[in-house]
This record gives sequence, structure tokens and C-alpha cells, in this order.
Amino acid sequence: MWGSMFRWLDPYAKPETLYHLCGRLLPYLMALAVFTLVLGNIWGLAFSPADYQQGDSYRIIYIHVPSAIWSMGAYSSMAIAAFIGLVWQIRVAQWAVLAIAPVGAIYTAIALITGAAWGKPMWGTWWVWDARLTSELVLLFLYLGVIALAGAFSEAARGIKVASLLAIVGVVNLPIIHFSVEWWNTLHQGATITKFAKPSIDSSMLWPLLISLSGFALLLAALTCLRLRSQILIFEQHRPWVRQLVESKNGEQN
Amino acid sequence: MAFTSWADFWAMGGYALFVWLSFGTTYVLLLGLWWYSKQQHKSIQQQIRAKAAREQRVRQHQEKEK
Amino acid sequence: MVMWCSLIKRELQLLGRQKADWLNPLVFFLLVLSLFPLGIGPEPGMLKQIAPGLVWIAALLSVLLSAERLFKDDYRYGVIEQLVAGRQGLFSYVTAKICCHWLSTGVPLILVSPLIAVLLGLDWQSWQVLVVTLMLGTPVLSLLSVLGAALTMAADKGGILQALIILPLYIPLLIFASGAMEAAATALPYTGQLAVLLAFLLFALALVPLAVRQALRMNVG
Repeated sequence: MWGSMFRWLDPYAKPETLYHLCGRLLPYLMALAVFTLVLGNIWGLAFSPADYQQGDSYRIIYIHVPSAIWSMGAYSSMAIAAFIGLVWQIRVAQWAVLAIAPVGAIYTAIALITGAAWGKPMWGTWWVWDARLTSELVLLFLYLGVIALAGAFSEAARGIKVASLLAIVGVVNLPIIHFSVEWWNTLHQGATITKFAKPSIDSSMLWPLLISLSGFALLLAALTCLRLRSQILIFEQHRPWVRQLVESKNGEQN
Repeated sequence: MAFTSWADFWAMGGYALFVWLSFGTTYVLLLGLWWYSKQQHKSIQQQIRAKAAREQRVRQHQEKEK
Repeated sequence: MVMWCSLIKRELQLLGRQKADWLNPLVFFLLVLSLFPLGIGPEPGMLKQIAPGLVWIAALLSVLLSAERLFKDDYRYGVIEQLVAGRQGLFSYVTAKICCHWLSTGVPLILVSPLIAVLLGLDWQSWQVLVVTLMLGTPVLSLLSVLGAALTMAADKGGILQALIILPLYIPLLIFASGAMEAAATALPYTGQLAVLLAFLLFALALVPLAVRQALRMNVG
């Protein structure tokens, strides 16, 4: 049943088809991403009302929450790609792992930095060992581990496989780490300052947030497309189609 | 519009440092990643092209030797 | 089973010959522990307070470092290639490796724990809890370190890379092991933490050997 259900996907597992598909999608995704990001952020920065408690500092939410959510979204998609790549031996899925990892790492870094910049005026300190912050930091380490491991092998195909396995190990561990850190945090600090009053968010604030959320998602997709194209070229460089493509593009801008 | 003037907007109700620091680093990082990925893609194409050209030259040379 | 026993015997013989493999981590552990009082100050009250964290951080570093070269020799001499090509015996090899790694690094740590108790001024009760957490936790440390060694076996850069990928996975263990010791030090119930440690151990026992086997296969290519 599964075989026939996903048969229509088969052509896209072919690197050449996928390369051209990504190339076609990329401009649309990028334009949409830039448009939604600019719209969501400017709306959030200039037009939505200030928070009655946090004043204008709350506007960091329009990048902090989307990057935090999609840092985890990127990790799950990376792990799913790793799983597909290892179980069904689909090479493009393995390459996708390496395409997504740096984007996820950057999103995680953004979530951490903006969290710190939000924490300073609200909690009075750049960093607290709060459960969510600590989990996010660990997520960054997991991303860096996957990237470092993939780059440590002289034979790149082997590095990607091993890094995929680490991504899967990491995704099994993430809930455990999160639960441990949460338990540890309640043990150490009890009721923390992190519980800032959050009444159900007003629609004038919610809309720009939702738009920014989709903007970050689209940007993740666009960057993944771009990076996946590079990965495909690296691993298929001895194939005739890549040679032809590169020759025909000689001098052209792409 | 939540602000009355541009100066008001840049001041962000006294939180200018934190708000602009976050937005600044975010966009610097995102643009940096975009630029880096783009650059990487280009350099890979160049490398492949150079490799192909070299192989071509080697082949021509070998044929001449014969 | 016969194969497993012979593999265990082989590993133990190798360990008997290369004493540095299990003596160095032990010395490293004691050395790191004695550095902390020198760096922080010798007040017994403070040492007692931070002892749980100290012991566990030292333990996980020494176990991690000891695993670095675990597969390198077997890989170089083609033993692992043979086992992967043989289509059987790889799993017994993995479990034998894990067992022996624990026997050579985890067990010595437990054996020197009275010495640690003296060095850090732990009382009888705290020492007991320390031993129990070490008994439940060091096998997990060994399992994860072996996984790290297997993942990085054919990598050009070993050492620090292995630490980079495995240390984040140690976090839950560190939290609950030192949590149990802290709870015991303040006369709170600590069986919950021990139960969680046991759960970690069983979970890791079930899954890590499979992951290690897969990692070895990938590294051989």
C-alpha cells in the first residue's frame, strides 16, 4: 500500500528532477518569504499596539517566536529526512539533512540572541537558566554536532550517513533532554520570573505574528531549496547532466 | 500606526537598544546565510567547470601523445 | 553466546595487556576532582555542596575520553570490516565492547568512590547514594560514549568531535544523577531520581547497541 501511495513521489527522488524543481520553486519561495517577512515585521514593529505591560520591547516577539518555533520545526524535518534517507536509502533525503542543518542552526542562534535581548529589559538579565532557554541551547549544540560530524569525513557520502544517524539519535533524545531540564529547573528555582502574564493575545498582535511565522517558514523552505541544489551538484558532479548543465551555464548568471 | 513620529519609532518606547539589536542581528544572520549559500553554490559550479576543463585538456594531451 | 563469551575474553585480554586504556581515565578522574578544590577553595562546606556536580562532570569526561580510541585499532586492522562483511557477530561484538568498556571505566570509578568521599568530605549516606547513581549511570555513560566512538570511527578528526556530539546527550543523566545526590544530602527522598536513572539505563540498553551497530556499518561503508 505504502509503495503505491508514494509512487508519484518517485521522480522527485531523482536528483536531476529535484534540482530543476528546486530551481523553479526557489524564486517564488524567496519572493514570498521576503514579502511576508517584511509585511509581518513592519506591521508588528510599527502598526500593532504596544503591550500594556511590556511596552514596545514585546515587538521582539515577531522574530523570537517564529525563529524558536521553526528552529524545532527544522530539526524535526531534518530528522524525518534523515530517517527516510537511511531507511529507504534515498540519497536526496540524506543530502537534505545537510541542506537543512545550517539553516536550523542559524534559526536557533537567532532565537537565543533575540531571547537574550528580550530577557534583559524584562527579567533584568541577558540569560537565565530557564528550561526553554536551556533546551534551545542544547538544540544549538545538537545542530553543531550534526554539522561537525558531517564535515569530519574525507568521504562526504559517509559523513552524511553518519550525521543522519546522529540527527535521529538527537531527535529521540530531545524530549528526554527537555523533560530533564524542565524538572531540573523547577527543582532549582521554583516559580521563576519567566511566567510573564500573557492574556490571550489580541488579534492586532496575532496577525503580524502569524504572518511572520509563515515568513520564517517560507524562508526556511527557500534556503533549503538553495542549499539542496548545491548538495545535489556536489554529489552528482560526475554525472553527465551536471557537466552539461555547468557547461551550458558557462558565463551565464546562475 | 502605533507611533506618532519617526523619532518615536526609532526610540521604541525606550527599548530601542534591545529591539533594534534583535532585529539587526536577525537580519544580518539571515542575509549572511543567504549570501553564503549563494556563494557556495556558485563556487561549486565553478569547481565542477574547472574540473571538466582540466579533464578535457588531459584527454586532448593524451590523444596528441598517441 | 559462545561468540559473545570469546569476544569478551578477547577484549579483557587486550585490556589486561594495555593497562593504560583503563588506568589513564581513572587517574584523569581523580586528577580533575583534585583540581576543583584547588581552583575553588578548600572550604569543606562548599565542597560538600558542589560535590554531586563535580563527581558527575569528572566521571562523564573521563568515560568520554576513554572511549575515544575504542574502535580505532580494530578498524585499522580490518576486524570491523570482517564482522560487517560476515553479516553476523557484529551485534555480539558491539555488546561485548560496551560491556568491557563499562567494566574497564565504570567499575573502577565505583571502586574508587570511597576515596572520592574522603577527598570531598561526603558522609556515609551521601557516599551510598553516590555509589548507586554511579552504578546506574556509568553504564549509560559507557553506552553513549561507545556510540560516539562508533560514529566518529572513520572520521579524520576524532577526540574533540566525539565530545561535541555526545556531551549534549549526557545532560539528562547529569541532571538526575547529581539531583539524586543533592536530594540525599538535604535528607529529601531520592528514589524518584534513581528510578528515572534506571529508566534511562533500560532505554539506552534497548536502543544504543542497535545504533552503534548501524554506525559501525556506515563507517565501514
